[in-house]
Amino acid sequence: MLLLAIDTATPAIVSGVVELEDAGPPRVLAGEPVFAARSHAELLTPRLRAAATAAGVEFGEVDALVCGVGPGPFTGLRVGMVTAAALGHALGRPVHPVGTLDGVAAGVVSPGPFLVVSDARRREVYWSAHTSDGARVEGPGVARPDELREQLAAMPSATRPTHLVGNLRPPGDARGEGMAELADQLGLPLLGTAFPTPDGLVAAASAELRAGRPPAPLVPRYLRQPDAAEPRSPKRVSTP
Amino acid sequence: MTGASAEASALVLGIETSCDETGAGLVEVFGDGRVRLVADVVASSVEQHARFGGVVPEIASRAHLEALTPTVRRALVDAGCRLRDVDAIAVTAGPGLAGALMVGVAAAKAYAAAADKPLYGVNHLAGHVAVDALEHGPLPKPCLALLVSGGHTQLLLVEDVASSVREIGSTIDDAAGEAYDKVARLLDLPYPGGPPIDRLARAAGAAARDSIAFPRGLTGPRDSRHDFSFSGLKTAVARWVEGRRAAGEPVDVASVAASFQEAVADVLTAKAVRAAAELGVDTLVVSGGVAANSRLGELAAERCARAGIRLRVPPPRLCTDNGAMIAALGAHLVAAGAPPSAPGFGADPALPVGTVVVE
Repeated sequence: MLLLAIDTATPAIVSGVVELEDAGPPRVLAGEPVFAARSHAELLTPRLRAAATAAGVEFGEVDALVCGVGPGPFTGLRVGMVTAAALGHALGRPVHPVGTLDGVAAGVVSPGPFLVVSDARRREVYWSAHTSDGARVEGPGVARPDELREQLAAMPSATRPTHLVGNLRPPGDARGEGMAELADQLGLPLLGTAFPTPDGLVAAASAELRAGRPPAPLVPRYLRQPDAAEPRSPKRVSTP
Repeated sequence: MTGASAEASALVLGIETSCDETGAGLVEVFGDGRVRLVADVVASSVEQHARFGGVVPEIASRAHLEALTPTVRRALVDAGCRLRDVDAIAVTAGPGLAGALMVGVAAAKAYAAAADKPLYGVNHLAGHVAVDALEHGPLPKPCLALLVSGGHTQLLLVEDVASSVREIGSTIDDAAGEAYDKVARLLDLPYPGGPPIDRLARAAGAAARDSIAFPRGLTGPRDSRHDFSFSGLKTAVARWVEGRRAAGEPVDVASVAASFQEAVADVLTAKAVRAAAELGVDTLVVSGGVAANSRLGELAAERCARAGIRLRVPPPRLCTDNGAMIAALGAHLVAAGAPPSAPGFGADPALPVGTVVVE
């Protein structure tokens, strides 16, 4: 089965062509990520085209799409989702939603249960908790690191994460990647920095793809309400 | 013009997401440059913004993501065609709300890539002008355009809507539609403020229009001739209303609405007609959401007739934001043989009006 994998919920613009056989892990035919947190709309479709060309594949040959639905910063997230939706419409192919953090978790090798995080801005992180084989047991949620530490302590010990993985900032960011600091705050050993990958996203959807199940609706995981306050009564303009 | 060239036609899909309307439209363009409206579908999120008294960008962007592919699907169904029948795609690249624009741009790129069609990233403001060709035929070259909406108030000299649009004046503070929304709030009227104020003003009759002398912004001898200002007017209305309330006197909402509306329509039409006369342009196009205002239409018609200027106002449905206006502009670009935008173009919230199509 030939798939296009898309995710724009992190600074990584993920655009890959992936082959999924009846058994075994998905195989990426083409699609290196590019890191450009504010250029998703510019770069995503050109990157998908380049990946298809590199894989020697026409869009029309693709059987289905897999799209990360967040959580992630909203503007970037929407670029990938609307791109996937429009491609799915234009090509007449189903679009399978997967959690972005699940797409990270699918590629993680961990000696025990682990926590996946990504940057939620405003000094908060998006997180989800996974068993050592990658299955999600809690989340996704959004929290400040100190809140997250408390939430971890309250989780059942059998599935409480013992390791940390994920991404906060892109590789080479002048402020550093930020993961070591978070690992300290949470008191968890760091497995490393990891972004969603084309094969990870497909792996997270592989059970429903192989079973031929129709996809769930493509709904973004924002996890936050829009910032909007109802106006108070108009300001006085005349001096009393 | 030969029959064959007039018959040969191209179909253009237009996608609009610059503010709170998700629009998809289809326009056919013939070999002789004439354009015809084929389909026009709009999904609006205006009701979700009403309680906030203005458009909330994040709410608008969320609504665009939900509505985009269903709106394009509906437009294609209404037109009885498939995406492969479309010859070119146009999308609003700016100006507008960044997050909202990005939804349309990303979707349009995906449609263009999947169907292998040329894509034009176009200027929303030029779209408001181009759309009138769907209703009233080819635009004269040049023409003057007065764009009035919740986000824009501009005078544009349009030599050619596909290639040469120049701003000769604009608001230095609030857009005209924004002033309507703010005054409506002062008067406890619903959002958006244009329709309720217009309704009250009409019901109040001609005498009410001059019952309160509200200021006409930037109309002094040394003021910028072609620019507009509505912030002072809004403050004057607020001050008048506060004065009444402080004195314990009733506020005659209809008189305030009618006098405010008269001040807005007076300045807009006086400046537009004077600019047309000074530039020697014989056609004025009034477009944008506020173009549906009854008093603006009346005064524009009266003053254009007196000055010997032809007035063109698109029907209300095409004045507000929609996909057909973007398709209409795309159709003009196709007819002019303009090159499509580069694959890496992005949304530009502050796209200058002179950039009709992004490179």
